[in-house]
Amino acid sequence: MAKQIEVAGLDAYYGSHKAIEGISMTIEPRSVTAFIGPSGCGKSTFLRTLNRMHEVIPGARVEGKVRLEDQDLYGPEIDPVSVRRTIGMVFQRPNPFPTMSIYDNVAAGLRLNGRVSRSQLDGIVEESLKGANLWNEVKDRLARPGAGLSGGQQQRLCIARAIAVRPQVLLMDEPCSALDPISTLAIEDLISKLKQDYTIVIVTHNMQQAARVSDRTAFFNLAAQGQPGKLVEMDETSKIFTNPAEKATEDYITGRFG
Amino acid sequence: MTVQTGIQPISATRRAKDRLVQVLVYLAFALAVIPLVSVLWLVVKNGIGRFDMEFFTHSMRNIGARDAGGGAYHAIIGTLEQVLLASLIAVPIGLLTAVYLVEYGEGGRLSRTISFFVDVMTGVPSVVSGLFVLAFWILVLGMPFSGFAGALALSILMMPVVVRATEEMLRLVPRELREASYALGVPKWRTIVKVVLPTALPGIVTGVMLAVARVAGETAPLLLTVFVTDSINNDPFNGPQMGLPLYVFNQTILPTDVAVARAWTGALTLILIVMLLNLVARLITWWRSPARRR
Repeated sequence: MAKQIEVAGLDAYYGSHKAIEGISMTIEPRSVTAFIGPSGCGKSTFLRTLNRMHEVIPGARVEGKVRLEDQDLYGPEIDPVSVRRTIGMVFQRPNPFPTMSIYDNVAAGLRLNGRVSRSQLDGIVEESLKGANLWNEVKDRLARPGAGLSGGQQQRLCIARAIAVRPQVLLMDEPCSALDPISTLAIEDLISKLKQDYTIVIVTHNMQQAARVSDRTAFFNLAAQGQPGKLVEMDETSKIFTNPAEKATEDYITGRFG
Repeated sequence: MTVQTGIQPISATRRAKDRLVQVLVYLAFALAVIPLVSVLWLVVKNGIGRFDMEFFTHSMRNIGARDAGGGAYHAIIGTLEQVLLASLIAVPIGLLTAVYLVEYGEGGRLSRTISFFVDVMTGVPSVVSGLFVLAFWILVLGMPFSGFAGALALSILMMPVVVRATEEMLRLVPRELREASYALGVPKWRTIVKVVLPTALPGIVTGVMLAVARVAGETAPLLLTVFVTDSINNDPFNGPQMGLPLYVFNQTILPTDVAVARAWTGALTLILIVMLLNLVARLITWWRSPARRR
């Protein structure tokens, strides 16, 4: 199920402003890759180019190549909708659909995409909620609104919603930044569990979190305000945090800037 | 003058200002409510006299200005049919226009042009829309006076109100919800139908009801398009119809007490119809909302 992503010479723009430049990397399947770096360095922008979510912003465009195994995601014949179905995403702020119940939120991706039988749906909803470690907390109130849950529960609901469509890759954009430490721990446990089946990419501002959950870490930086962000280095997480190749990485990790 | 520092009690001048502004706000509120309450009170007081079965079951056929009795059945039917038809025309067009402006137009030239003309339409006096339908539909195309012609005139008045209200509501739907839906691999049009519109639905319903309330009370465009009749005409596509505002107008210009009493009851009925429609619309949105299942 999990697949490898290969990025080559990727630039992303907002209108005429170049946000990231010349990024090339390989993201391994069945592992967690963390993106770290100071604010505004283009981590989130880069993450959104991986499932063609960048281009939904008016004026935004991408140059370069992103390959999922043998497919070019930006090929002219590729349907961006199918790309997003294959590469799921969890956002910074929990965003359950306010008009839908817990059950409907998890079922949304499947229901909005086509016909699934009710019994099949029941199975997938239960499985996804169990996968997101939320089942025991909500199994008695599946018909209640998703927006009535706590922040941490909402974020796990969003993860359940994302894995319900069975993606091959899961992108997470600072999934814990709006959560308390206990909910954060629950999500981190979940990430470690999910990596057995999915390729996971996580953007985080929390370096301890990157060190805890990820197998490989990529450090992004920008030369100056207004300049495009670049990939400084990418390596095994243990190496990045103990013996990085670049001075800038070391400075950032030890808290000398950013 | 010394500058005082540290934590202090609220000064007397600030207390006085606070009281003054409070009084002004309450006064403004009372002033705003007076006309509303007095209109309601007058209409109920004067309208209740003829609020009887005959009023709701009979037309004005063969009833002269001096005769008591008679009713507004023909006018109620006319108003309901005309407003329904006008809504059937204006709401889909208005809704789709708003969806285009918010979701697809993206500030381009076409959407700016549409926006401009919607603003112009908002300012069109109601007589003008009636004149337009009279000139185009009835005189040029040779169609008869009918409830449908009235509905056309009313829909012209409704459309900009629906567009503006829907547009505001759609813009309030957070971008994150759309993105959450896209990230699940849902195409844009399904995202709009299944996520954006349901989220904005309560606000859209309010906007549509405001538009309905506005046109239900219009007299001038009806005068020029549905003509006037004292008989029941259930077919809105053929022949003159009546409407409640027209009925009220027609009865008030008669010089007898019985006619004026009928006019008051007509006004009361119109208010009740608009209130009832509002209530039904709210019930429907409440019925569909997840809050009900809490």
